[in-house]
Amino acid sequence: MHQFTIAELVKGLRNKDFSSTEVTQHYLDRIARLDKTYNSFITVTADIALQQAAAADARLAAGNAPALCGVPIAHKDIFCTTGVRTSCASKMLDKFIAPYNATIVENYLNSGVVMLGKTNMDEFAMGSSNETSWYGPVKNPWAIDCVPGGSSGGSAAAVAAHLAPAATASDTGGSIRQPAALCGLTGIKPTYGRVSRWGMIAFASSLDQAGILSRTAEDAAILLNDMASFDAKDSTCVEREVPDYTADLNKSLKGLRIGVPKEYFGEGLNPNTAQLVEDAIKVYESLGATIHSVSLPHTHLAVPAYYVIAPAECSANLSRFDGVRYGHRCENPKDLNDLYMRSRSEGFGAEVKRRILVGAYALSAGYYDAYYSKAQKVRRLIKQDFVDAFESVDVILGPTSPSPAFQFGSKTKDPVAMYLEDIYTIATNLAGLPGLSIPCGLVDNKPVGLQLIGNFFAEGQLLNAAHQFQQATNFHQQSAPGIE
Amino acid sequence: MQWETVIGLEVHVQLATKTKIFSGASTAFGAEPNTQACAIDLALPGTLPVANEQAFRFATMFGLAVNAEIGKRSVFERKNYFYPDLPKGYQTTQLAEPIVGAGFVDLELGEGRTKRVRIHHAHLEEDAGKSLHEDFAGMSGIDLNRAGTPLIEVVTEPDMRSAEEAVAFAKKLHSIVTSLEICDGDMSQGSMRFDVNISVRPKGQEKLGTRTETKNLNSFKFMEEAIALEVERQIDVLEDGGKIRQETRLYNGDTKKARSMRSKEDSNDYRYFPCPDLLPVILDDEYIESVRKQMPELPEAKRARFVEQYGLSSYDAGQITMDKFAAAFFEASTKISGEAKLTANWIMADLGAYLNRTEQRIDQSPVTPELLAGLVVRVKDGTLSSKIAKQVFEAICNGEGDADTIIETKGLKQVSDTGALEKIIDDILAANTAQVEGYRAAAEDKRAKMLGFFVGQAMKASKGQANPQALNELLIKKLNG
Amino acid sequence: MAVDRSDIAKLATLARIQISDEAADEAAKSISDVLALVDQLQAVNTDGVLPMAHPLDAVQRLRADVVTEPNQREAFQAIAPATQDGLYLVPQVIE
Repeated sequence: MHQFTIAELVKGLRNKDFSSTEVTQHYLDRIARLDKTYNSFITVTADIALQQAAAADARLAAGNAPALCGVPIAHKDIFCTTGVRTSCASKMLDKFIAPYNATIVENYLNSGVVMLGKTNMDEFAMGSSNETSWYGPVKNPWAIDCVPGGSSGGSAAAVAAHLAPAATASDTGGSIRQPAALCGLTGIKPTYGRVSRWGMIAFASSLDQAGILSRTAEDAAILLNDMASFDAKDSTCVEREVPDYTADLNKSLKGLRIGVPKEYFGEGLNPNTAQLVEDAIKVYESLGATIHSVSLPHTHLAVPAYYVIAPAECSANLSRFDGVRYGHRCENPKDLNDLYMRSRSEGFGAEVKRRILVGAYALSAGYYDAYYSKAQKVRRLIKQDFVDAFESVDVILGPTSPSPAFQFGSKTKDPVAMYLEDIYTIATNLAGLPGLSIPCGLVDNKPVGLQLIGNFFAEGQLLNAAHQFQQATNFHQQSAPGIE
Repeated sequence: MQWETVIGLEVHVQLATKTKIFSGASTAFGAEPNTQACAIDLALPGTLPVANEQAFRFATMFGLAVNAEIGKRSVFERKNYFYPDLPKGYQTTQLAEPIVGAGFVDLELGEGRTKRVRIHHAHLEEDAGKSLHEDFAGMSGIDLNRAGTPLIEVVTEPDMRSAEEAVAFAKKLHSIVTSLEICDGDMSQGSMRFDVNISVRPKGQEKLGTRTETKNLNSFKFMEEAIALEVERQIDVLEDGGKIRQETRLYNGDTKKARSMRSKEDSNDYRYFPCPDLLPVILDDEYIESVRKQMPELPEAKRARFVEQYGLSSYDAGQITMDKFAAAFFEASTKISGEAKLTANWIMADLGAYLNRTEQRIDQSPVTPELLAGLVVRVKDGTLSSKIAKQVFEAICNGEGDADTIIETKGLKQVSDTGALEKIIDDILAANTAQVEGYRAAAEDKRAKMLGFFVGQAMKASKGQANPQALNELLIKKLNG
Repeated sequence: MAVDRSDIAKLATLARIQISDEAADEAAKSISDVLALVDQLQAVNTDGVLPMAHPLDAVQRLRADVVTEPNQREAFQAIAPATQDGLYLVPQVIE
């Protein structure tokens, strides 16, 4: 049963081949049995899941249930869920029970989607390896000594280990696409503003965007249909009709203009990864797409700009965690300053503290122009690179990540090396563009991701290109060794 | 040495919106602690702000009222500091691109003196919560009901040169925002709070002296006192050869003392940057014009109208229109009595004194426009002398009914009847033959002075109810024989 | 731009984060590394380029001034570390 895609589950539930309760129980059993190995869940919500499944079965029996009714998924623990711990993988929020649902959680509830639990992640989504979680690292189902990527590592590992058919995730600099690449999954980060940020605990507000980790592009399209909505509670959410993302999946790619940026194939890219991307380009050519060399000249500045802007925003976003109204509070504070100092120092991990300090530095008197303001100008140049490229191509193609999954601890001592993990994914967040990653082969038995970047609000086109690739290849059907 | 005082003001004006600037929580005053602090106000994780249109409308009205350019693009920024009444750890405010640009306010200081005070800018921001310092076993209690209430902070240029000018500006600002109905003006509840920047310099010197900031003054009286005290302190320090330290000070209106305040931040590095959760607010000309059309009449315009329509002097019209409630009272009362000047005089003199004494607001006074009109009518038609009218007014204040009822029950009607007056005069002349002789013997130019004696006696005999004009005429006639 | 232990101490105070002396040296090193990465920005000419705070050139939607939030004090204070009489408690605030 856990081999089914979301599309197959939707069909099976509708045909009464199985009930939501059966599917849900099956996944809960697998989580109980296997997640000790992967540590992909922070909280498993078995009781809630079974209640929701029973309610979904009733709706399905009544005959007018929404498409996704009864389908179980997992939520990244960055999304607030009423009555259930929402920790953001931080000691700071270890006891935080959100009094409200994130809009995307609410959207899925309305669709009758069942929540299996809350997945592990890098603390406050700061990391590319899932090693910064207060609840311990997540193991990559493809190689147990390797990281699953981050920050949505728990969501990725859960789907790769077939502990959930799909999971929600969030992407600030590559946090959906890089774990998708490292775990052999399909992952989409929509256009900034396409999905509501209400109830998604903020890391860097102008970069954060919720999205999906799934096995196929078709599943991502089905799930995005219900995740995306206009939400008046998020000022940055765009008031724009949500199209049916499954409508164009089967469109021919004949004439699709694919741009390949030369900057994405430079130093630092694993040659085997590069080869698999070259092979993927040939697949696209065989599907009728035309390939064009494009230039994104400011690519090398994306990581530097990001590591000013994201820490600056996070340094302010995380000031609310002060031990006063919720979250961790130190024992017996001797005065107000002690309350702040100890609550925050005990509650936050090392990487979170580092980014808060970098952010404070970039915004501090005397450095604002050199760092923050400069980074925001460079951000415009980076966006303009894409705008120029999309004058002549429809989709931009390249690697998702420089190399396959790496071993635990290999980059934790060197933050800069870790930051370069996101060298190909960060620019799309800075520009606000949609991007997705799909599997395109294995290197040393570890998955490699192919990244597609689309124009603003061209999620449908991206999903079409990804789906067509998956119709022509079977990389996405490969499972991690040992996952039956 | 001759010293010159230089004053600039920062005024926080709480906007009278129904809800917070970034959330749909109520701003109603007096609720139980934290019952009007929603998830956004409490900065729960994952919550996001959405800006309140009414706050922009009100700020736009203010900008138009102070002759300022309206910021067609305004941007919210985060001002970062930790304080328990600031749940997000930053205040959302405006810095580089505020809603209201440079403007000015013209003041009239009496005796024909005028003064223009320039507004540097005014920006929208959110108010903080309150720390209650009652002792909770060594702890403070935090109430976040006020957190997120919209404020405009009005920043002036250092254009004022005395406490008188600063207070006149503060009063003018109060009258503008209450006339616009964008602020309830209730200073005792903190609806308007004044921070006063004060420095002194030797007269004739151009360079400004080091300034101090006295924070959170919430009455005109305290403001005047605090300025006087601080100016004196600074001059003392400088004349003793000392230096003024740039600092924030707190004035205590009860003890009449000020002290240096402990700084909120160890260092004031607020690390402002544009708030990524909010987008630039764009207001077009059409919007600004629609706001202009909806604006209530401003004090300035109302004053001109009162001069034109009611024939009041410019000064009287200025006094009456300073308070929109007084202006409304005047118009309502005049409509009934038809006596604009008399009504204005009564409002400014007796009613004003009574309200001051009893610390009441004119719109909540027991003396209604109808009651005052009833009194004014009886003064005008000669039923009441001005002296008796004051007595009747006191009775109205005491809730003894309207003017006619009081006149009736107390028998206070003015005596103008010639027969009755003649009787009184005859009795007095008969009882004071020596004075009558003296009067008749006196030269013409001395007589006027001597007449006072007879008038006094006659008034006393009539219990003050004699019509003075009629009495005078009759007396002169009789004395001159 | 490299930062030293005293810079870290200043930043830690601003951010209300406690950092021991030993940790400060390590933080100074790793943050200096990050800043060295970030310093690549200085090489690019951005004359005449406007800073971009948001990826989309969108403008703020304004909300109608209508009360939408009911009193939820009980639910909100159920997750608070210390409250009394409806107030959040903190060590005494001295101005």
